[in-house]
Amino acid sequence: MTTDVAQLTIEQVQSGLAARKFSAVELAKSALKFAQAENPKTNAYLHFCPERALAAAERVDQKLAAGENAGPLAGVPLAVKDVIVTEGVRTTCGSRLLEHYIPPYDATAVVRLEQAGAVILGKTNCDEFAMGSSNENSAFGPVRNPVALDRVPGGSSGGSAAAVAQGTAVVAIGSDTGGSVRQPASFCGIVGVTPTYGRVSRYGLVAFASSLDHIGPFARTVRDSAQLLETMAGRDHCDATSAFAPVPRYTAQLDGEVAGTRIGLPREYFEGLASESGERIQHAIELLKKLGCEVRNISLPATKYAVPCYYIIATAEASSNLARYDGVRYTGRANDDTLSGMYRATRGEGFGAECKRRIMLGTYVLSHGYYDAYYLKAQKVRALIAEDFRRAFTEVDAIVAPVSPAPAFKIGEKIDDPLEMYLSDIYTITGDLAGIPCMSVPCGKTTEGLPVGMQILTRHFDETGMFRLADAFEKAGGFAGSN
Amino acid sequence: MKITESEVRYVADLANLKLADSEIARLAKDMDEILNYMDALNELDTSTVEPMAQVLYQSEETATLRADEIVPPIGNEAALANAPLAGAGYYKVPKVIER
Repeated sequence: MTTDVAQLTIEQVQSGLAARKFSAVELAKSALKFAQAENPKTNAYLHFCPERALAAAERVDQKLAAGENAGPLAGVPLAVKDVIVTEGVRTTCGSRLLEHYIPPYDATAVVRLEQAGAVILGKTNCDEFAMGSSNENSAFGPVRNPVALDRVPGGSSGGSAAAVAQGTAVVAIGSDTGGSVRQPASFCGIVGVTPTYGRVSRYGLVAFASSLDHIGPFARTVRDSAQLLETMAGRDHCDATSAFAPVPRYTAQLDGEVAGTRIGLPREYFEGLASESGERIQHAIELLKKLGCEVRNISLPATKYAVPCYYIIATAEASSNLARYDGVRYTGRANDDTLSGMYRATRGEGFGAECKRRIMLGTYVLSHGYYDAYYLKAQKVRALIAEDFRRAFTEVDAIVAPVSPAPAFKIGEKIDDPLEMYLSDIYTITGDLAGIPCMSVPCGKTTEGLPVGMQILTRHFDETGMFRLADAFEKAGGFAGSN
Repeated sequence: MKITESEVRYVADLANLKLADSEIARLAKDMDEILNYMDALNELDTSTVEPMAQVLYQSEETATLRADEIVPPIGNEAALANAPLAGAGYYKVPKVIER
């Protein structure tokens, strides 16, 4: 097979299959071969699942041979973050505790993508239980950024972002709680989407902070990310928080019609931005103006409180969600003569430093005497942050902002300073706190060649408007930074 | 100081975490710094703000009622397959009740 698997889009896979340029099995084999050969450079994949991939590809080929519709993702090589469960395929969450965990069921997102013809190549590396902004908190080693191997790919979905950027998957899925899809997408120079809260079922997503967790797609084009989202989204009775709202066909609405779109630039997001990242974003804003968008300055005054608010709510929810890893049900157990000793030893030995830090913070803010001062206070501040967005969206249709204060940093640079690491999430956590859709699109590179991401945020359930704007920006050359 | 080492030990106890002395010292330092940072929230007057306990949920009142269809459960064997120790269809843990 001569096709370059590293560059394929979903559309090219479909046309290649239709023209019999390759079969799904041939594509799966060459994609697996390429991914396995390239993986040592980045450590993006934790494990591959060739049997499952080839079985899925075989089903696609059989359908095509029978003249049946093989689905919108027929034969598309997909990588899945290792916090999303896959039946019979090891799912570690980047943790020693789950090193040998083999889930007995599939996540709903995985089921829907496979039913649409996707071929899962393997499971991708991530920060332990999705807690981190650099992928350095994985028990199985950090991921290196394919754009600059001495730098982090971002986190926590660093492996999924790196795989798509490296070309070892056409598309991938990850999870976003405070920016874990958008920030790595921006660091690796690809598209990453956090949909509206509840848009995609979290059944089978290992829980970190349930009021903030989302599953979202990674792709090299806006269209591919939209295709992935419309395939995964929609009500699922296995997740009571999944939304009933019908799922539009996002891909049918990428018509480039963005003239007159009112775009707000929140002033709080442009203070303290690294100069080169700021220049790239400004350049991108000029391009949006050329496309006919009306750009105006807005204010989201509660922004400066988002980081402390987030790290109270997220750690509180994490401390309860992670209570289940007690050595009874999920493979990892340390031996002790007493039950409580066994719990303590299992958790003490099994969790890495960042997970312990967050469990401790979360337990503290929920503990007697501190609940009102921290957790309840943070829930109120969260309401103010959500209200900022609600008010802004009465004046504008979309908000454009940076994704991260600076591009990808060096491996090891921030790992000893947890607060410094938390602050790098400043522009992404607000979208999660408000539950609105938001995405990162590439908007050029710094002089050092490091990708910069632009963030687009829209109203609840207006993924259509978000994708339309991102797609028009891409088509106008915005990804490459041209203007 | 927001938090002392002895408070860290108390919280670790609540969280069922066995920590080494070196971890306690490190956590006391990190948590102190982070909790101080979190105090920024006190600048805001939130006395009239309702806490955001629900992120987003819009549906008709009866929309959450689905047909009561029986689906096969995951099964005892599959459910226990990841247990570190199981026997006779149960999870096994260190003895908690003395005869």
